[in-house]
Amino acid sequence: MFEAGRFAMVRGRVLEPLMTLAVWGSALLVAGAFLWLVGDLLWHGAERLSWAFLSSSPLNAGRTGGIGPILVSTLLILGVAVAAAVPLGLATAVLLTEFLRPRSRFGRLVGLSLDVLAGVPSIVFGLFGNAFFSVFLGLGFSILSGGLTLACMVLPILIRTAEASLRAVPDDWRLGSAALGLSRTAALRHILLPAASSGLVAGLLLGIGRAMAETAALIFTSGYVDRMPSSLLDSGRALSVHIYDLSMNVAGGDGNAYASALVLIGLLILINGTALYLAEHWLNRRIIAP
Amino acid sequence: MIWSKHSISSPSRTDARLAGWLSVAAGLAAAVLVLIVLFLLHESWPVLKRIGWLRFFTDAAWHPSEGLFGLAPMLWATLASSAGALVLAGGLGVASALFCRFYAPPSAARPYRRMVALLAGIPSVVFGLWGLTVLVPLIARWQPPGASLLAGILILTLMILPTVALTADAALAAVPKAYLHGAAALGISRSGTILRVVLPAARSGIIAGLLLAAGRALGETMAVLMVAGNVVQTPHSLFDPVRTLTANIALEMAYATGEHRAGLFVSGLVLTGMIILLAVAALRFGGARSHV
Repeated sequence: MFEAGRFAMVRGRVLEPLMTLAVWGSALLVAGAFLWLVGDLLWHGAERLSWAFLSSSPLNAGRTGGIGPILVSTLLILGVAVAAAVPLGLATAVLLTEFLRPRSRFGRLVGLSLDVLAGVPSIVFGLFGNAFFSVFLGLGFSILSGGLTLACMVLPILIRTAEASLRAVPDDWRLGSAALGLSRTAALRHILLPAASSGLVAGLLLGIGRAMAETAALIFTSGYVDRMPSSLLDSGRALSVHIYDLSMNVAGGDGNAYASALVLIGLLILINGTALYLAEHWLNRRIIAP
Repeated sequence: MIWSKHSISSPSRTDARLAGWLSVAAGLAAAVLVLIVLFLLHESWPVLKRIGWLRFFTDAAWHPSEGLFGLAPMLWATLASSAGALVLAGGLGVASALFCRFYAPPSAARPYRRMVALLAGIPSVVFGLWGLTVLVPLIARWQPPGASLLAGILILTLMILPTVALTADAALAAVPKAYLHGAAALGISRSGTILRVVLPAARSGIIAGLLLAAGRALGETMAVLMVAGNVVQTPHSLFDPVRTLTANIALEMAYATGEHRAGLFVSGLVLTGMIILLAVAALRFGGARSHV
């Protein structure tokens, strides 16, 4: 027994600093890799950033020139995705939180299908989008097919965040509006949705961020064309696809790829940061005069 | 008596109509998954009907134009890169979470969490770009050609690390404070508390996070495609260039027709099958909350 105690003490004396070392070492390693990545992006990309880069057309397969039409295509693709996913997502979330009983069979079925959908790899969304939107529905390689494919992809995030922000509205408010004789529709419109609004917007921004970072789902749906799109049925190259194409298929495209990556990350930080701010602060200011 | 058309005992007609519309929308949202599976099956049906499932796993090589549909080398590449990344990211991620909760001074923990969240938001194509221009040349100087399984593993590690770290952090936060106080009252050292009390209590949450991360690693396309070299072969060393299932789809979809295209949809089905299995397993673990 004495022996065992001494053994434990010795082991503790070795283990304690070893654990500390391992944990600090891992943390420093992760921080180092992050700083390396970000520093490298800034180092190679920052010098090329300018208003001219953001507004002019790509020249010479993207080696020189800017990303003007690509930014327009990206915004159009995101616009289509939001326009398609928001009504569907919001409606599903409202049904799940306000109309169905918590353990109802239909609700669980929808929930399970969303959980699986959230895990489907983006390249599979690309395959599906190509087969369904581009070929079956005849939309071809277009901003519309790309946007609709992304809409399917962000649906789970939109619904889950909207659900969470609606559930966070206190039940007293529902009882209160029922006691006042409000219909559920009216309660939703005048009380519940406004009260949950900043959470809803935060979820929307997260979905947009996810869609904006996507590449694999877009290559075979919205395509590669880097001209200024003139309609939603034109093919349009998203910013992430542009980065991919420049770094893999265009020799000497690295410089502009880095600058485009910096623009993409800047936009993402802006979007995700706003979402985070809204999600953190919305509880403090949820009483909104209609 | 006050009589109201809109009372809770007699739901209004507007409500009924709204509920109808909402159900249609929810049905559509749920149908997306069904539609995806149906279309994958529909597109892969021609080749499945002609040669069956088994040939995709037993054929010696992937030469769809010559009627050879062996997915095995790419399946191994996918499994090897994901497993390697999971081991590295598992260790680093859990250590990161422990760092935030138990080791870091408060002034360091906050920025560190922010940093991990930022890392989670970096798009895969940017990881790929960085890997291609920084990591691959670095490995090439040591073991040419550089674009290799190792490069794929390292980039994947960086990508799934935030998933592991953030879920492990949440799992650690959910460990009851009383356990920590109890351990402190018994005079257990910090490492002892972590190894014997905290980690076992947070186990199910950490495992659920690892399964989530595994799903991300299996499904990741762009980053691996850009750094792993894309030669169809079963990897025998860390420095072999490999092509994963996802990269194969992204590379060949552009020109594939007929049975070749159908073969790519079969690999999409295989991927989706693996992901669904993982998702079910993750739900099991996430659902079964136990503290022992």
